[in-house]
Amino acid sequence: MKPPVDRLVLTNVSRRQFLGTSLGAFVLAAGLSSTAEAADEPKKYGRDGMPNGWTDSPLTFVSIADDGTVTIVCHRSEMGQGVRTGMPMIVADELEADWKRVRVAQAPGDEKKYGNQDTDGSRSTRHFFDPMRRCGAAARMMLESAAAKQWNVPVSEVAAKNHEVVHKPSGKKLGYGALAKAAANEPVPARETLRLKDPKDFRYIGKGNLKLVDAPDIVTGKAKYGIDTRLDGMLYAVVARPPVLGGKVASVDDSAALKVPGVVKVVQIEGSPAPPFFNPLGGVAVIGRNTWAAMQGRQALKITWDDGPNASYDSTAYRASLEASARKPAKVVRNDGDYAAAAAKAAKRLEAEYYMPHLAHATMEPPAATARVTGSKCEVWGCFQSPQATKDLVAKRLGISPDDVTVNVTLLGGGFGRKSKPDFGIEAAVLSKAVDGKPVKVTWTRDDDLHNSYYHTVSVEHLEAGVDAQGKPVAWLHRTAAPTIFSTFNPEAKNEAPLELAMGVINVPFAIPNIRIENPEAVAHTRIGWFRSVSNIPHAFAVQSFVAEMAAAAGRDPKDFLLEVIGPTRLVSPEMLGDTWNHGESPERYPVDTGRLKRVIELVARESGWGRKLPKGSGLGIAGHYSFVSYVAAVVEASVDSKGVVTIPRIDIAVDCGATVNPDRVRAQMEGAAIMGIGVTLGEISYKAGRVEQNNFDTYQVARMKETPRVVRVHIVPGGDYSMPMGGVGEPGVPPIPPALCNAIFAATGKRIRQLPIRNQLTV
Amino acid sequence: MIALDINGKRQNVDVPGETPLLWTLRDELGLTGSKFGCGMALCGACTVHVDGQPVRSCITPVSTVTNKKIVTIEAVGGDPIGKALQAAWVDVGVPQCGYCQSGQIMSAAALLKRTPKPTDTQIDEAVGGNICRCGTYTRIRAAIKQAAAKGGA
Repeated sequence: MKPPVDRLVLTNVSRRQFLGTSLGAFVLAAGLSSTAEAADEPKKYGRDGMPNGWTDSPLTFVSIADDGTVTIVCHRSEMGQGVRTGMPMIVADELEADWKRVRVAQAPGDEKKYGNQDTDGSRSTRHFFDPMRRCGAAARMMLESAAAKQWNVPVSEVAAKNHEVVHKPSGKKLGYGALAKAAANEPVPARETLRLKDPKDFRYIGKGNLKLVDAPDIVTGKAKYGIDTRLDGMLYAVVARPPVLGGKVASVDDSAALKVPGVVKVVQIEGSPAPPFFNPLGGVAVIGRNTWAAMQGRQALKITWDDGPNASYDSTAYRASLEASARKPAKVVRNDGDYAAAAAKAAKRLEAEYYMPHLAHATMEPPAATARVTGSKCEVWGCFQSPQATKDLVAKRLGISPDDVTVNVTLLGGGFGRKSKPDFGIEAAVLSKAVDGKPVKVTWTRDDDLHNSYYHTVSVEHLEAGVDAQGKPVAWLHRTAAPTIFSTFNPEAKNEAPLELAMGVINVPFAIPNIRIENPEAVAHTRIGWFRSVSNIPHAFAVQSFVAEMAAAAGRDPKDFLLEVIGPTRLVSPEMLGDTWNHGESPERYPVDTGRLKRVIELVARESGWGRKLPKGSGLGIAGHYSFVSYVAAVVEASVDSKGVVTIPRIDIAVDCGATVNPDRVRAQMEGAAIMGIGVTLGEISYKAGRVEQNNFDTYQVARMKETPRVVRVHIVPGGDYSMPMGGVGEPGVPPIPPALCNAIFAATGKRIRQLPIRNQLTV
Repeated sequence: MIALDINGKRQNVDVPGETPLLWTLRDELGLTGSKFGCGMALCGACTVHVDGQPVRSCITPVSTVTNKKIVTIEAVGGDPIGKALQAAWVDVGVPQCGYCQSGQIMSAAALLKRTPKPTDTQIDEAVGGNICRCGTYTRIRAAIKQAAAKGGA
């Protein structure tokens, strides 16, 4: 099925806009892969569709020392998802390496060498499982072949096992260390000759028997994050940035700042023309001999800002404008059947509107980077989700070649999408240059992080339905109004992009004959960016709440009703749902499988004891959502006391992400997603006079221990034999949590939460 | 010069007395295990022990801790409780990004010193001020209980 014409037009406009910047490859990293292909080329999917693709060369990823130590390169950024354990584990398993003798090395930013390194979109494992297996297998076969030559026996008589190669007939053995040099001279076997292991022989993959490689360093304070970089002669900087997007320094008096003990220099950073892209916002940097001195110096600056066109951004007024647009007909982005006719004939009509504010990632490690400029070269250290983008943009800003920029990737103290934007890395480079190449570390304070982030979008989701006499929906209208991420790259972008619409609004796999999805324009007044799970969060909140509202109106069990709305078990082509994106994956390999969606809902219902008796004031809520080509459902148990205070005794969460590499980390990601999902119902970033009103964790609420359920149980659907395509894990756990929680609150109290944060809506 | 007793070692630092202990540790002494998260004692990432008590080093001026014993994450493993907690953290697989975990462990160590067998409520209170954005709280509880059960002390 051909996508509608308006989407094609949008795609082409984007393509011209972005390729013109000479950052074609980088733009792809910004999640626009489907927009940058020439119309006459066949569309590429998955890892093939990512900029700089992938490589499976063992020479790139594996090295073996004489003492047998195997070093495996991890080319993806570690931000808590366990990728520095998971990726090397895949290689080590195929390599028959003894994990105790494996070291992990972090790749610098270099996609020409390593393939795509942009660590977002819940893609690492599903894109690199196969290439990493081939890397390990190829290295194993090179060791085997070196041993066979040394013994002068046919290679068929030898086998690698647990860090040594054995000659089967004689029992002779050679360790990997002894074979290392000879193996390195063996040709890399051709891809089609590789003998991959039978999954039943996996020793690490899928077993959950390995601890995190970084855990010992983390618990002893040795682990190095972006903020921990220390170089000889390093200076420390903090930056006063324009509080309003598009603002500029009108005047600055730095005389008091320069008198603060330890302050070395005050440097103005040039802002960047709109759109914001990943560029520094500009402002005034104070450079000191330690972070505290720089912070004190910044406090002493007297800056007058010219706020520019976004100075009137006001969250209350903006919400009203989104509501107004969501209440009238708008651009149609999916139209099945005839909504208006079916709704007019329906037995009953329902309508609800849901609101979600901006959010900030608030990674515990705020953005931080260090740079040292030496002549026409620059070396950068930092917590980057997208090291290649950092390399390209630092080079562009300094006017040097990307080949002369080295980007060292530290551990990331949380990422959640914020650190895929390397504005902070560019700041460090600009400042090092301003102090004659001395190394400079830029640290963002928490205020900076909350005031100048790339925020999760704000949204109004307007839903209407016509239901039949049994209360089942026959007509479904969803108007989604939210400023788009693409406004960050293109000032003209006012509609949600295909990829945002494909995050749970356009691609609802419901068995409803008349579905109309509309998307009014919304102008962005702040930097909008990816936040873990992205637009799936507001979309799932609205859709899964509305289905529960319909169930309540029909007097039906919400779980049974949800399963009925999903309808028969079937494979649905994403294109049939108007989804041209499908998380970048092939629609043939990754159709929407309603059977898998229903299975996680049934599994989580069973495991959570759905229907169990609960005391007055307590209730269970359920939600299921498909995102990042994985299926997740959650049951939340909520208790609301006589004062309206919510506690959450228990969450059950079921996931079907296909086969798993490190099931313990899949569990950990789901547990964390459950907590972040709770956080989504607590926090808000709001604006007055163009400025963010929240400064720190006292006003920007995130989930703490007291909001954490005593019981969080994760149920993983067994993924089979690794022949089925894998799904994402890092993000898809978040979207079902807010609606499941609000559905539980409804079950507990009869009160329906339609706006987040919940805050005092239940207060009696 | 300000003299400090850090991890059993005497250290002299040349900073104004109002400089927070956190930045003194991190920038002047290279002890980067204590983390910056908020600068206002709101998140617990900077927690260290001062005379055995958990203290938010981001708001603690160095001038106030000159005659006190300061212990940071780099040395907390030197006592059995700290060591048991670190082992439990690894075994339970608590860390995700790991950034907040040094502060979590310092808060937990202070708890187990006062209360060797804490209840859930006591655990929640002791680490209630430590934010983990990855959401590892349930495993933090489990690891504290595991360390307590092994009698870290």
